[in-house]
Amino acid sequence: MKVTLTDQEDITVVEVVGDIDSKTAPEFERSARQATDQNEKIAIDLTAVEFMSSAGLRVLLMVYRNIKAQNGKVVLAGVSEDIQDVMSTTGFINFFTIVGTTGEALSILKQS
Amino acid sequence: MATDIRIDYYPTHEQQGIKFRRGHVLPFGATMVPNGINFSIYSSEAIDCTLVLFERGEAQPFAEIRFPEEFRTGNVYSMIVFDLDYERLEYGYRMDGPFKPEEGHRFDKSIILSDPYAKAIGGRDTWLAEPNWDNIYPYRSRLVFEDFDWENDHPLETPIEDLVIYEMHVRGFTQHPSSEVKNPGTFAAIRSKIAYLKELGINCVELMPIYEFDEWENSRENPVTGGLIVNFWGYSTVNFFSPKAGYAATGKFGMQVDELKTLVKELHRNGIEVMLDVVFNHTAEGDHRGHTISFRGIDNKTYYMLTPEGYYFNFSGTGNTLNCNNPVVRNMVLDCLRYWAADYHIDGFRFDLAAILGRDQNGAPLSNPPLLESLAYDPILAKCKLVAEAWDAGGLYQVGSFPAYGRWAEWNGKYRDSVRKFLKGDEGLIGEIAQCIQGWPDLYYYRGPTASINFIACHDGFTLYDLFAYNEKHNEANGEHNNDGGNDNHSWNCGVEGETDDAHVNQLRHKQIKNALSILMVSQGVPMILSGDEMGVTKFGNNNTYCHDNELNWVDWNLLDKNADIYHFARHITRFRRAHPVLRSRTHFQHRDYAGSGYPDISFHGTQAWHADFSASSRCLAVMLDGAHAKSGTIQDDTIYIAMNSYWDALYYELPQLPNGRSWHLAVNTDMPSGEDIYPVGLEPKLEEQGRFLVGGRSTVILVGK
Repeated sequence: MKVTLTDQEDITVVEVVGDIDSKTAPEFERSARQATDQNEKIAIDLTAVEFMSSAGLRVLLMVYRNIKAQNGKVVLAGVSEDIQDVMSTTGFINFFTIVGTTGEALSILKQS
Repeated sequence: MATDIRIDYYPTHEQQGIKFRRGHVLPFGATMVPNGINFSIYSSEAIDCTLVLFERGEAQPFAEIRFPEEFRTGNVYSMIVFDLDYERLEYGYRMDGPFKPEEGHRFDKSIILSDPYAKAIGGRDTWLAEPNWDNIYPYRSRLVFEDFDWENDHPLETPIEDLVIYEMHVRGFTQHPSSEVKNPGTFAAIRSKIAYLKELGINCVELMPIYEFDEWENSRENPVTGGLIVNFWGYSTVNFFSPKAGYAATGKFGMQVDELKTLVKELHRNGIEVMLDVVFNHTAEGDHRGHTISFRGIDNKTYYMLTPEGYYFNFSGTGNTLNCNNPVVRNMVLDCLRYWAADYHIDGFRFDLAAILGRDQNGAPLSNPPLLESLAYDPILAKCKLVAEAWDAGGLYQVGSFPAYGRWAEWNGKYRDSVRKFLKGDEGLIGEIAQCIQGWPDLYYYRGPTASINFIACHDGFTLYDLFAYNEKHNEANGEHNNDGGNDNHSWNCGVEGETDDAHVNQLRHKQIKNALSILMVSQGVPMILSGDEMGVTKFGNNNTYCHDNELNWVDWNLLDKNADIYHFARHITRFRRAHPVLRSRTHFQHRDYAGSGYPDISFHGTQAWHADFSASSRCLAVMLDGAHAKSGTIQDDTIYIAMNSYWDALYYELPQLPNGRSWHLAVNTDMPSGEDIYPVGLEPKLEEQGRFLVGGRSTVILVGK
């Protein structure tokens, strides 16, 4: 798994490539924390993530809680149907705005 | 950071590349701590204990660490192991000690044992997925995240008298293709049926066992049908703290805990409580011929009631009996229920064969059972509903006498039998029906009507439809030559055994179902219906379907169309109950006018007003509940009159006179075709003739005086 952070004006885009499980979740968490320290608007691009375990979902929820405490906003982009299914069944999906592409995520965040 | 300077966050020992140190004795089980996992387990007789660690799903462990003697405190072994992948980890124990069954000891260190305090179990992750039968460790203890985001959720604490309980099997509820849900047979699928549950008007689901069990237990080919006989109902616990993974769509990802908690949260958001049917009377380990999974290899003598020869007492009818009033086991049960109440926000518990929980270590009934007392006075469980199935398979029958400590309610088996016999047309039941309607003060004088959980059908025995479609049980498919299941069904087939095209018979069956639902919903106490009875589900006369993963247990949602009239009736009669506080009293009737309305709180009538016929040959009873006495006279409700006629012909019932300005309105007449059999609350038509009502044969009429 690889995480890349890119700033676009006041938005930080977190791009993840590879599976997020309990082995890689700590690294994802570190990068996500760095992103939430930088900005209150976060787009997380999960287009290249095929599998996300419980630990990964918990990092997403941590980001949400962190951003919400700062009155910011987080948008997820490119979440696979399988992962959305798990998120829906386990209740995680209720916390997130989910869109198809990073472009859509950016336009939502710019308006907010 | 301050946490990093704690010295217990660093290892002191190393073996096979695994770093560890002395652990914390409490809490028992496996708990995430900074940098590692704390393991703690107890055994009163073991002489040695080894922690066994597996990578998820691997055939062989990657490490086995013997607890150094200095890691033992009393009978508790504890250890912190560092740098484990908590999401991929499966763990178990080996316990060394004597194997002397005649003395009660069954230690065998060649077996890897599951942790009684594990919070999830791996191995049966997907329902009926063929397991690896050569697995050296088939039921694997796992860790779970205990950080669920409940937001502002809280157990609902609905007054128990306001509940309408819906007894449901998680898989059976949505497994039938007609349920048309995304993940059939799962916790997630129940969530997608919440709108339906609300429409039906129930406000509490009671889930049949959801603690991890093995659906493969005693599985075999069905000699009659050729299909597979399985443990469908799940009254055979493998682990008390773990939800059944096979009931979760995400069980294969190990996320059953999140899925179940999400279900509870969503049900709560919709005003529906969650009660669990819990089985603390025995475990899945069976008798002396059974498998060692956990308890018997850890502390056989502590966990089980044993005969002097070291065999298992069998008060449960399933091989063994959990030794619930042993102080150690009692604490485990308490820890378990506290965990479900606190971590899963469960609203109440129904205890299977609860009479066993009042027996001592030799099986003798206790007058003051410590376990039942502990549960009743526990601060964490203080607002949970506690419901006992107040009998066991060893002949202890405690309906009306279960040690209640002001807290416990009971499944009222007498209510079930009396209403069944009355509806079937038996004589000599008017006195008992009067008790049923009142929440049975003869049984629960000091405990109040809320001690009585009223039901006419439940998972055990006939469905409500089958009660009026079969005289005899038809359990051939169970493979025991129709010898299993009860014979005291008090059922009547209305003229034809089983399915028929005879319109008259079918009409009568539907009417009887509506009679049953009517009586249930106007009785004081707490009504419970079996899932599917609201649409007339059938098990084709099988009254003991514990072993079938097929249409015998799957609710067929097509019946909503076929029996639309039953469903229509059911969802309006639940609303009727919920609209009328006079039906939901917390205290017993006093049979006098203490509210100054000119009428007693309850009065009995018959074909003549103010004169009920309690004689042996009578099949008629009418009851009037005075609205001024609702909730002990604190709320003004309508006056409600219920006329029950189990005689086969129509009879005129003389109606008691209402105060000036009020008149009788028709809420229910089960003798009428759908559309005129029940009227929505507030839309009841006024009776043209206020002095008497012609109550059809085998019919129930409910009037509202307003």
